[in-house]
Amino acid sequence: MQLYDIARVIRSKNAGPFTLTMDLFFTDITALKKVLNSPAFTSQTISKLYQVRPEEVRIIPFEAILAVKVSLPRFVGSGAPTDRDVYGAQQHFPLGNIEI
Amino acid sequence: MKPSEIHYLSLCGMLGYGYPLDNFKHGINPHVCFIGADNGSTDPGPYYLGSGTGFVKSMQIRRDLEPALLTARKQNIPLIIGSAGGAGAKPHVDSFIKILHDISHQHKLHYRLAIIYSDIDKKQVLDALQQNRLSPCGPAPTLTEKRIHQSSHIVGQMGTEPFIEALEAGAQVIIAGRSCDTAIFSALPVWKGFDPGLALHAAKIAECGALCAVPAGANDSLSVILSENHFIVEPTNPARRCTPESVAAHSMYEQPDPNCFYEPEGKIDMQHSQFTSFGERAVKVSGTRLIPPARDTIKLEAAVLKGYRTISIAGLRDPSAISHLEEIEAGVRDKVAQNTKGIIDPNAYSLHFLRYGLDGVTGPREPLPAPLPREVGLVIESIASTQELADTVLSLARSTALHQPFEGRKTTAGNLAFPFSPSDVSCGPVYEFSIYHLLETQKNQPLFKLCIEEI
Repeated sequence: MQLYDIARVIRSKNAGPFTLTMDLFFTDITALKKVLNSPAFTSQTISKLYQVRPEEVRIIPFEAILAVKVSLPRFVGSGAPTDRDVYGAQQHFPLGNIEI
Repeated sequence: MKPSEIHYLSLCGMLGYGYPLDNFKHGINPHVCFIGADNGSTDPGPYYLGSGTGFVKSMQIRRDLEPALLTARKQNIPLIIGSAGGAGAKPHVDSFIKILHDISHQHKLHYRLAIIYSDIDKKQVLDALQQNRLSPCGPAPTLTEKRIHQSSHIVGQMGTEPFIEALEAGAQVIIAGRSCDTAIFSALPVWKGFDPGLALHAAKIAECGALCAVPAGANDSLSVILSENHFIVEPTNPARRCTPESVAAHSMYEQPDPNCFYEPEGKIDMQHSQFTSFGERAVKVSGTRLIPPARDTIKLEAAVLKGYRTISIAGLRDPSAISHLEEIEAGVRDKVAQNTKGIIDPNAYSLHFLRYGLDGVTGPREPLPAPLPREVGLVIESIASTQELADTVLSLARSTALHQPFEGRKTTAGNLAFPFSPSDVSCGPVYEFSIYHLLETQKNQPLFKLCIEEI
């Protein structure tokens, strides 16, 4: 099953002009754990998808509200030439494609 | 004497984006001791800071400001607005003040106005660079003297201090340049002696209006009551409610770490924050604490001019043209280069193709769809050192793309469907963020200029 289908909410947004942050919310702890424990959901795999270095990807679970945050550097500064998404609001793909 | 609790109202998530007047009025009662609103963001990109223009139009600001100002004066409570005019540099603040003056004059209002400018002198930034007092905020690019000189407006995100100074001066309306969103809502509580950790956390939620509610509403008011050991948030619109999950989830909004965020006052640690329901529609938050910073810093922002943009929008329906878009693009680049050889410096312009339906949004980070879509939207973009050059390059690229041959072409009368005439749009200057750095501040070196005016 793809991450997009498992998540209740999956959203992306700038956290400042040079960082992209993606929030995933789940309906129950089982779904969250399944994602967190998946070998497809690691800094390594996400770094490949977003073409950044693995050490630049931060995965921070927030279990109290069944959420996990993924933060990584933007491809280019917000609104600079060659940027495709000034607010970073549609960059939760390719993350959503991850097969869990 | 410090009151036992402090009640305030966040007008909406962004002054100028509109809010329902009824819900704002519903939130006003004699206990409310100030109204706050945020008017800015870096979200709309570097253009607004760089060019000194607003991303919200004057009419929108006037529409949202007027009821808030009239209510605040009627109740005799402060109205506090941060990041005025959008990016918060002097041209933004001054255009905001003009609207404020107009409204005040029209309604014959009299009050003490504080204007706080956030423009930072380049000399101070250059000195800080030399003295190693600048560090990138996250993955911001390296800063050089040249970049500082090229930046058009440098602003600092002020914390609570300048706001408190304005309150101490008896300001009844505070219009501030670039501000930390939290400073707008936490300055008065901190000034009154409330716990800064809780005050800043409450402010972080309040700055987005009722975005923390269910259903979420950025353009709606939020009521906040801050006490000694907790704060309570409640949307004023009876059709919305806060839940512990919605408020906790909002606490991590637009921040890289869900457990904490950083402000000039220090690190706001939410690891031990408790979110509990309070009645039907409110949520009570406790346990947040402030960890003072090791060094005092202010975040600086600036943008530099990168050139001028011209675009053309077209659609493709022909399956073969869609599947040969890369070949078409390469051909266009080639012909533009050949045609302008000896006339235009190839380093003076760049050409970009954005292919909506194929990879316009995520680019090379996702494979192309299979099968290919029936239609594709194409944006051809040129950026060049002058607007005239950008227009010229785009004009040439657009006409070339229309007739560019490719392998197996059947659509020999034209590859593109242009929806408009004229087909090309001159977009004006293009900026990029040049500074997004923390400045280590020095004692006795005030960065923000406070002006008091009797209206």
